[in-house]
Amino acid sequence: MALLETRQLVKSFGENRAVDGVNFTVNEGELLALIGSNGAGKTTLVNLISAFLHPDEGEILFKGDNINEWSPSRRIQAGIARSFQLVSLFDDLSARDNVALAIFRRDNKIGRVTSLAAADSAVSDEADDIMGRFGLVDKGDVRAGELAHGERKLLDVAVAFALSPDLLFLDEPTSGVNTRDKNQIMDTISNVVREGNMSAVIIEHDMDVVFTYSERIVAMHHGVILADGKPEDVRRNPDVIENMLGGVAPD
Amino acid sequence: MDIFVFQILNSLFYASVLFLIAAGLSLIYGVMGIVNLAHGSFFALGAYVTATALRAAGDVVPAPVLFLLLPTGAIVVGLVGLVVEPVLLRTLYKRGGEEYPLLITFGLLLILEDAMRFIWGGNPLPAGKLVEYLGSISILDLSYPAYGLFVIAIGAVAGIGLWLFVYKTRFGSVLRATSQDMKMASNLGVNTSMVYMAAFGVGSLMVGLGGAIIVPYQTAVLGMGMDALILAFVVVVIGGLGSLKGALVGALAVSFVRTLGIQFFPEIELAVLYIIAALVLLVRPTGLFGGKI
Amino acid sequence: MMQNTSLRSATIAGFSILAGLLVVPFILDPYQTLLLTYGLVMAIAALGFNLLLGYTGLLSFGHSAYFGAGAYAVALSAKYLGVTSMEAFIAIGVLSTALIAAVFGAICVRHTKIFFAILAMALSQVIWTLAYKLYDITNGTDGLNIPFPTLLGGSMEFVGSGSYQRFVNAYYFYVIGFFIAALVVMWVIVNSPFGKVLQSIRDNDVRAEFIGMPVKLYRWFAFIISGSFTGLAGVLWIPLNRHVTPDVLHWPFSGEIVFMTVLGGFKSFIGPVVGALFFNYLKTYAIAWTEYWQMLLGIVLVVLVIALPTGIVGIISNLASRMRAGGKQ
Repeated sequence: MALLETRQLVKSFGENRAVDGVNFTVNEGELLALIGSNGAGKTTLVNLISAFLHPDEGEILFKGDNINEWSPSRRIQAGIARSFQLVSLFDDLSARDNVALAIFRRDNKIGRVTSLAAADSAVSDEADDIMGRFGLVDKGDVRAGELAHGERKLLDVAVAFALSPDLLFLDEPTSGVNTRDKNQIMDTISNVVREGNMSAVIIEHDMDVVFTYSERIVAMHHGVILADGKPEDVRRNPDVIENMLGGVAPD
Repeated sequence: MDIFVFQILNSLFYASVLFLIAAGLSLIYGVMGIVNLAHGSFFALGAYVTATALRAAGDVVPAPVLFLLLPTGAIVVGLVGLVVEPVLLRTLYKRGGEEYPLLITFGLLLILEDAMRFIWGGNPLPAGKLVEYLGSISILDLSYPAYGLFVIAIGAVAGIGLWLFVYKTRFGSVLRATSQDMKMASNLGVNTSMVYMAAFGVGSLMVGLGGAIIVPYQTAVLGMGMDALILAFVVVVIGGLGSLKGALVGALAVSFVRTLGIQFFPEIELAVLYIIAALVLLVRPTGLFGGKI
Repeated sequence: MMQNTSLRSATIAGFSILAGLLVVPFILDPYQTLLLTYGLVMAIAALGFNLLLGYTGLLSFGHSAYFGAGAYAVALSAKYLGVTSMEAFIAIGVLSTALIAAVFGAICVRHTKIFFAILAMALSQVIWTLAYKLYDITNGTDGLNIPFPTLLGGSMEFVGSGSYQRFVNAYYFYVIGFFIAALVVMWVIVNSPFGKVLQSIRDNDVRAEFIGMPVKLYRWFAFIISGSFTGLAGVLWIPLNRHVTPDVLHWPFSGEIVFMTVLGGFKSFIGPVVGALFFNYLKTYAIAWTEYWQMLLGIVLVVLVIALPTGIVGIISNLASRMRAGGKQ
């Protein structure tokens, strides 16, 4: 059974069928890249799966359950998490607090009102550890709003990651980030996937990242899936070449 | 049957004024995303200014000319709006945070309420000459003040005028574009500062007009501003904030409920309104036609 | 971020201030002691209010409803149930207020910030109207009188000659006890995981939802806690005046709570307390100076929002960091 499966998923905005009958699956332990030009429907698809939007038609199945009517909160507790294309953080809280919040949520500790958050050293230590894995060493006390753009991007991914989801969606996690940090993010993600603790879907435009890290590529165009398979197969797919790679087959 | 007609006319009268207040509030919110907490005080200001003008000229000019002085309240309040927006609100746009405009317009409310008390004192200011002048007309077996019909007419004309302005003029489409997407409009070369100022000015003009036309019928008193504000809130809660249609529907709903309430439960008529508003909200959190909330 | 003073300097400052507070009745006259008690009571109200504004990002112009509900709960239970014990008053008052806050909060928190502010204000008008119009129960604008309560489970009574003076002093310490308790409890709440969740909702309610936070539920909890603190203040306020009128439910009073919080600085923990104490004295002298003191309030509020949005605490904090930076050179 696939971890996630969408069946004939449709979402329209007026006359624009942003997601047009999409059958998308993610298997356990996979690191998958979702590619396509702007407007292809990638973010809409992720929005549908993460409950940011409600589908017009079709089903979304997660671990066999139909999750169409599940709230964001419920999907997160079931094991789906996402980061956002435009950085979305808690700017007035420290970087550590941003990550710690996700951990508190994961461990069901958010209702604690009689003890100090900072006193939970297990959580603080894990938050620092996660930040370290994403290259944010020693930034724990800095206000999220004061971090540099690249650091904010890293933190955004770290927060979603800290939820320890079974399935993590990263929407353009490396855009606006320098090469070293790109690799840091992608190395961390792919290590965790390889350890068998998570599946990940990354929406990406950087083809180097895509071909280096993903084991499977799903290419979308105008709301439909154009190709779905191993990187070397997808890059030779004529539809993909024509619509997305500028008509030129990559080396 | 006569009472029935009477109540309907009364409701329409009241709805006219409420519509002007709510339309002004909705226009400002729709374009700027701001609720002016001093909106009720603007209403009171419109009433007081018009009352002063009518009283000053009342013995000097013939009654028909007094009609020309009615809009003075509206114009003064509109001008106040044109000053308030750049002076108090503009600095806040860049800062972000919805609490600041609320806090600053609350400060404005405090200032205006005391300013009105300072200028006009604590005594009510009647200006009923126009009502006297227009007299009553007979409807079926009842006599109804003709001024009431005048107010209903003004409300209708203002409503149509506003609708035409927003939906049929070029500036209106600029207004609507800016309300949809401020950044985009600005990128397309729209002078958004002007648009905001105009929206705030027109919205203030509307509520000032509401005060102006009610004052011959209902004496200007301190505290009328706050009552108007809360009623306006109930109207937009029911009808939604940001749409003219919502302001109209909400005004009619509130007005009819109020009339019924006064008829059957005179003591707690306000509470009945609030309860209805709360019920509407429980069912439809954005009001009946709410947009941007 | 909520402005941070180092824990050490805060503790030192805190203990010095506490020491100062404790000797007040011995060095100042009863009037000043009473005035300071008012200030401390309002500080508790503002502290509760700021849980919603500073920490959850919700601006309520209707908090007079909870203050007044606490006050009227005392007055009505004294009149109709013959209650005289302060502890009983507190229990009844805080419970009733929490209930009202639960109901009103359920209506308000389903909406985003602007509608929230509008609704909170409108709902408090409902309560005011009820107190105003239900003359048979509440005596309308004439208000209700309450005799001196007994303190500490009835062990302290205030009758006979000299009782007023004794009461002022005893009650001052009683209120200090609650003031300190309120500070400690609120401080733990805002620094707990729950408090961090509230702050995340304040900063970015969409992202909060997408890391699984139950936004509306937690806003509701914050509303109830906030209303209860302010209700407690209303209960503690009654014995100072021993008289309550609907004025304490009226919107200008809500405005005062907002004002004192912004004056002190709503982005800090201690700001509301500082603002409340400041305002307490400001109002007393402003009223004596001009009858248009509400306009003065409005002008100061406008200036604060435009030029000094971080309030008194913000100003002091900036000065302190500039001095520290200057000292290092």
